[in-house]
Amino acid sequence: MISRRERAAWGFVAPSLIAIAVFFVVPVVSSMLLSLTDFDIYALADLRNMRFVGLQNYERLLTNPLFWGAMKNTVWFSVLGVPLSIIASLAAAVILNARTIKWRPVWRVMFFAPYVTTLVATAVLWNYLLHTRYGVINWALTSVGLPAVDWLGNPNTSIPAILIFVVWKIFGYNMLIFLAVLQTVPDDLYEAARIDGAGPWARFTNVTLPAIAPTLLLVSIISVAGFFQLFAEPYVMTQGGPAQSTVTVLYFMYEEGFKWWNLGSASAVAFILFLCIFAVTMVQLAVSRRLGGEHT
Amino acid sequence: MKPRTLLLNIGVALIGLVVLFPLLWMLSVSFMQTGEAAVFPPPLLPSAPTLEHYRDLFVNQGMGRYMWNSFALATMATGLALAFTVPAGYAFAKLAFRGRERLFQLLIGALVIPAQIGTLPLFLMLKSMGLVNTYAGALVPWLASIFGLFLVRQYALSIPDEMLEAARVDGASEGQIFRRIVLPTLTPILVTLGLFVFLGSWNDFLWPLIILTDQSNYTLPVALAALSREHVQDIELMMAGAVITVAPVLILFLALQRFYIRGMLAGSVKG
Repeated sequence: MISRRERAAWGFVAPSLIAIAVFFVVPVVSSMLLSLTDFDIYALADLRNMRFVGLQNYERLLTNPLFWGAMKNTVWFSVLGVPLSIIASLAAAVILNARTIKWRPVWRVMFFAPYVTTLVATAVLWNYLLHTRYGVINWALTSVGLPAVDWLGNPNTSIPAILIFVVWKIFGYNMLIFLAVLQTVPDDLYEAARIDGAGPWARFTNVTLPAIAPTLLLVSIISVAGFFQLFAEPYVMTQGGPAQSTVTVLYFMYEEGFKWWNLGSASAVAFILFLCIFAVTMVQLAVSRRLGGEHT
Repeated sequence: MKPRTLLLNIGVALIGLVVLFPLLWMLSVSFMQTGEAAVFPPPLLPSAPTLEHYRDLFVNQGMGRYMWNSFALATMATGLALAFTVPAGYAFAKLAFRGRERLFQLLIGALVIPAQIGTLPLFLMLKSMGLVNTYAGALVPWLASIFGLFLVRQYALSIPDEMLEAARVDGASEGQIFRRIVLPTLTPILVTLGLFVFLGSWNDFLWPLIILTDQSNYTLPVALAALSREHVQDIELMMAGAVITVAPVLILFLALQRFYIRGMLAGSVKG
């Protein structure tokens, strides 16, 4: 016999758990199964056209240069974007944490604001800021004597160009997290370092960095996962171009699935993406555990 | 003011300028005459401000319809997400039931799985249920929010057990306790979660792009992305569209930023 209270508890959790099971767990698991089939536009019309093909989708993807291109681009986005965005967040947090900063609450909210804006709208906006001929950014560059850059039109600059936008949009998020942690570091520690003759950089590496190390790890794991899932930015700003230089894995999945309706193959892409995110997370955790072990 | 202090404050103001400039430029260009922004050097302020592009968007481009879709979906998503996750979050924090800890560990583990993985099967599932191109189809992912459940649970842990026990001794049913005691105590986190879901739904792109196939059901981001492919040259029109899309969420965030930031930090720092 279950008690009245336990029955009530199940009543409270059941709707949510059922929704999670039906709309999250089942799709994730079936995505794995779907990736082992040749589900395509014909199967969409009639399920009998679907066949089990084993690992064929994976084999085909791993020999597809377009897929590898998407993988390479995604890795570039992460390798450049994660450190860039974390450095920007950390720098802003350290500056804002200085005691002599005026109107700190105002800056905090202002720096965070781009994060809550609609991605598609601000991506359209940055398309014009990055415009080769009329863009404000090239205007700023040329007015200090630097050459204008064909930001979104050149395969070598398209990824950095999108990253400038992404960093502008998201740095405030991690900045707030760093700021919250920095405010828990006692002033005495900085004072002691100062008395020992440590300059600003030495204080940063000896006091600030150790204090935020666990947060730094957490933030970098979440950031890698985020950068692996870029989609709307290239969709709106470059449509994957120029010369496929901004096709990300998720963008590839979208085209494979909803443009060409190769849902089996697209599921395989989704699953590989998940494995990559998972692997990177595990590596980061292992590395940090090892580094942490050496320090103590 | 000492030079170091002055330098730091100037530094912060410069970051502020870089952060704010794009948004102010967007607003300014949206009031410019057609073609005015497409010159070098780019003008910063409209020579003769006009509302022509806003009128064009609402009269000719169906912006009112898209705005309504976005608003209706975000509002319903908020209501549904709260109705599903709040009772569950509370139960996971305060009501003992068999298998609770195990279930909770499983849910936490599932947090690392990006929801995008299930996009394709979810689409097929909703297609077989006839929910493609409906509001219901667009709302479904918001029902299954593990993060929301987690957020409510963390907050509900702070409700004192004595308060709940006292109500039970007085003969209140679990449902009454939830409505009369728990919900009022949870109000701050309800605002936070509601805000997260509203902004999340308003800003969402990939899922509505996939599931809302008919133009009359487009949300603002989907409509704006489609519009920008047709009207690449019309900078002023596109900026007016961007202002309409961004302004509601930005204003909502500024009005309730306290709730947003507190909830965000509670959800991530504790990890």
